[in-house]
Amino acid sequence: MIKRNSAHKHRNSALVFAALGDEIRLRLVVRLCEDGPMSITRLTAGSRVTRQAITKHLRVMESAGLVRGSRRGRESVWQLHRERLEDARHYLDLISKHWDQALERLRAFVEN
Amino acid sequence: MNTDCIEKHILLRAPISRVWRALSDSTEFGAWFGVKFDRPFAPGAKMRAVVTPTKVNADVAEAQKKYEGIVFEITVEQIEPERLFSFRWHPGAIDPAIDYSVEPTTLVAFTLEQKVDGVLLTVTESGFDQIPLARRAKAFTSNEQGWSMQTTLIEAYLDQTQQRAQTP
Repeated sequence: MIKRNSAHKHRNSALVFAALGDEIRLRLVVRLCEDGPMSITRLTAGSRVTRQAITKHLRVMESAGLVRGSRRGRESVWQLHRERLEDARHYLDLISKHWDQALERLRAFVEN
Repeated sequence: MNTDCIEKHILLRAPISRVWRALSDSTEFGAWFGVKFDRPFAPGAKMRAVVTPTKVNADVAEAQKKYEGIVFEITVEQIEPERLFSFRWHPGAIDPAIDYSVEPTTLVAFTLEQKVDGVLLTVTESGFDQIPLARRAKAFTSNEQGWSMQTTLIEAYLDQTQQRAQTP
């Protein structure tokens, strides 16, 4: 049971990676991160990208569990699912940490 | 957020010839990294490596113990004496049941630069965006306890873009 939950969690993390691999989506994440929940109208305002395209990007991120959309009146409002962002950085953190450890071993090896 | 590449810097207070030997001699490389190679490094060489607990640090050796005997392959790319050593491998290829050979590799490059107070070693590993998602998730699972609470990539990204994002 624990193992299954863990596997599920990590599959989601992998999805987050794919969802973040795009400049427009990253910008959307940054805006939602800094300004909090926002309507699609506000998210689109001042952008060169069409509302339709932005909605499409938001849906990709929604399927990865990165953002959540809800209806407020006639508008959809989007917000960040912060836990998912935490997961996304862990893969590189992990490999990065392995290199830190390996390089400290190299230091001990050549400096002694 | 750059999800494709990792870059590391370390200043080593040792002669450049010493650092170069620790990188370019496959026996020496294996001693600190914690593997045993089957032959000397040479450009284009396909090397077989067996995980052998490092002799440099007892704690790390203990942690590597559970992977002891696992075999993986690296392919040497470039060797430019006292400047550059690079190879390709499959990151996190530690499951004997999986044939990693058909999957994309990452490129690991060690670059040396002589500074006044030592040798600046830069390590880059790139190509992560090509690694199958399932494989990344796997690496994630097997090392959960190893995660650090370092400054995060996403935070760094947010800092960098804050100015831009706030400009209407």
